[in-house]
Amino acid sequence: MEKLLTWIDARFPLTKVWNEHLAKYYAPKNFNFWYYFGSLALLVLVMQIVTGIFLAMHYKPDTERAFASVEYIMRDVPWGWLLRYMHSTGASLFFVAIYLHMFRALLYGSYRAPRELVWLLGMVLFVALMAESFTGYLLPWGNMSYWGAQVIISLFGAIPLIGDGLAEWIRGDFVVSDATLNRFYSFHIVAIPLVIIGLVYMHIVALHRVGSNNPDGIEIKKNKDKDGVPLDGIPFHPYYSVKDMVGVTVFLMIFSAIVFFAPELGGWFLEHDNFVPANILQTPPEIVPLWYLTPFYSILRAVTIDIGPVPAKLLGVLSMGSAIGLFFFLPWLDRSPVRSIRYRGWMYKTALSLFAISFVMLGYLGTQRPEGPNLILAQIAFVIYFAFFLLMPWYTKYDKTKPEPDRVT
Amino acid sequence: MSGQGIDPTRRRLLAVTTGLGLVGAGFAAAPFVLSMMPSARARARGAPVAVDISKLEPGQMLIVEWRGKPVWIVNRTAEMLASLAQLDEAVADPRSEDSIQPVYAINEARSIKPEILVLVGICTHLGCSPLAKLVSGAASGLGREWRGGFFCPCHGSKFDLAGRVYKNVPAPTNLVVPPYGFLSDTRIIIGEHPEKGIA
Repeated sequence: MEKLLTWIDARFPLTKVWNEHLAKYYAPKNFNFWYYFGSLALLVLVMQIVTGIFLAMHYKPDTERAFASVEYIMRDVPWGWLLRYMHSTGASLFFVAIYLHMFRALLYGSYRAPRELVWLLGMVLFVALMAESFTGYLLPWGNMSYWGAQVIISLFGAIPLIGDGLAEWIRGDFVVSDATLNRFYSFHIVAIPLVIIGLVYMHIVALHRVGSNNPDGIEIKKNKDKDGVPLDGIPFHPYYSVKDMVGVTVFLMIFSAIVFFAPELGGWFLEHDNFVPANILQTPPEIVPLWYLTPFYSILRAVTIDIGPVPAKLLGVLSMGSAIGLFFFLPWLDRSPVRSIRYRGWMYKTALSLFAISFVMLGYLGTQRPEGPNLILAQIAFVIYFAFFLLMPWYTKYDKTKPEPDRVT
Repeated sequence: MSGQGIDPTRRRLLAVTTGLGLVGAGFAAAPFVLSMMPSARARARGAPVAVDISKLEPGQMLIVEWRGKPVWIVNRTAEMLASLAQLDEAVADPRSEDSIQPVYAINEARSIKPEILVLVGICTHLGCSPLAKLVSGAASGLGREWRGGFFCPCHGSKFDLAGRVYKNVPAPTNLVVPPYGFLSDTRIIIGEHPEKGIA
C-alpha cells in the first residue's frame, strides 16, 4: 500500500493535496453552528448533479413534450418521483444553505481583507446559482415556468438601445419558445454547472490560501507554535470532517422529511400554477418566482415612479441589479476596525438586524400582490436594504467597537 | 537570452500578434454568438394572420395568436368609446406620442375603425398578459371609478379601452398596436396592412 502511494505521489501530488486541504489544513478551533453551511452547500451541489444526470435520461427539452416528460418521470419511471423531488427540494435547500452561509459572512466579517477574493468568488457563485435555478425552472414547461421566463427575459428589454435585440438573442425568438427551452436546457445541464464547479474549486483554493475566518474575527495565524501550526487551529480532518457529519445528518433528516412528506411545501418549493402546462395566451393570475428570488423581485416591483427621463421600468431593473451588485463591494464598504459582530457596537448590530428583517420582508412581499400597504411596506424595506450598504462606510467607521481578544474565545 | 535591457522590436511583435490574436478570437466567437439569434424558422413564423370577426358582437373580445403572442380584438360599444375622451387626464400618453403603433392608429381610439381595437396583449412593463376588465364600475373588481380597460396582475399596471397606460403604474408606454388592416368588413389581417405593408 505504501509502495503504491509512493508510486502515485511521484506522479501526482496526492499526499500533498490531502495534507494541504484536509489533514494539515488548520481551521480555527471555535467554529460554531454558522460554519455548517459551506460544506452543506457542497453536499447539495453533489446531490443536484447526481439527480440531474438521472433526470436528464428521461426529460425531453421540447415544448410539445417537456411537460409530459416530467409527468412521465413522476408516474412511469421507476423511482423517478424520488429523483425529481430530490432535485426540486435540493434547489430550494441549496438557497437556504447559501443564504445562511452568506449571513455568516455578514455576522463575522468573513469578507474582510485578506478574504476579498473568497467573497468575490462566492458572489459570482451566487449569481451563477441564480442563473442555474432560473434556467432550470423553465424546463418543466408549466405555466409559471413560461411566464416567469417571459418576465425575467423582458427585464433585459428595459436596457436602452440594445435591450430588445438582447432579449431576442437570449430567447432565440420573439417570445419564449422551443428555441428558448432548448438553450436553457443546454445552459442548465452543461454550461452553468461547469462554471459552478470551476468557481467552487477556486472559492476553496482561495479560502485555503488565506485560512478560514472565525466567530471572533481574529487571525489565528498571528499565534503559531514552533512548528508554524496556529495555536488556535485544529486540522480540518478529522476534527471538522466529523463535526460536519453531524450537520449532514440533521440536514438529511430535514431534507428527507420534505421530500417524502411535503415535496411541494404548500406551493413554496413547487408552485401550484406550474402543474398546468404553459399557455402562451393566459398569464397566471399572479406571476411569482420561487421564494429564493422573491426579495430581488420585490425590489424590482417596488419602483413605481419615473425619475426625470429614466422610466420606472428601467429604474426597477437597475435597482434589482444593484441589490445584488452591492454585495460585491462589501469588503470595501466596511470600514470597521474589527470584523466580528461580537466586538462591534450598536450601530452595526442595528443595521444588520434591520437588513435581515428587510430582506425577509421583501422576500415575503414578493409573493404577494404589489398593491396598497404591501407596496408601501416593500418600498420601506427597499430603502432599508439599500441604506445598509450605502451608509455602511459611515456607520461602521463611527461605531463604538470593543477591543478584540488576542486569542479565540 | 542575455537579460540585458528590452528588445523593442520583439516587444512590438508580441503586442501586434497578441492584438491580432484577440481580433481573430473575436471573429471566431461571432458564429457562436450569432447562432443564438432567432432562426430562419422562428422568423418565418412571424407571417401575418387573417381573422374572421363577423361573430364578434359589440362589447366582446377575441384573442388570437400572432408570432406566439396573444393579440386582442375588441369590438367597442359607443359607450366604451365615449369613456376614452374622459380619461385623457388620467393616462400617461393620451396622444400616443411615446408609444408603438402604426401611423394609421395614432388617433383618439388608436384604431382604423373606431369600434374595432387591435392590441398586442402583452404588458409593456415586463411581458405579462394583462386581464381584460372591459366592464366599468365595481363589477370589474377594480373599484367603482374603473372605466373599463385592462389590468396587469403581475405588477398592477392599468390600461384604458384604447390600451393607453394610466399614470403612476410601472408600464412605461401604451399597449402596442400591431400592424393590421381590413381585408373586408369582417376579416382582419394582423401583421401587415393590405396597402401599407408592415409599417
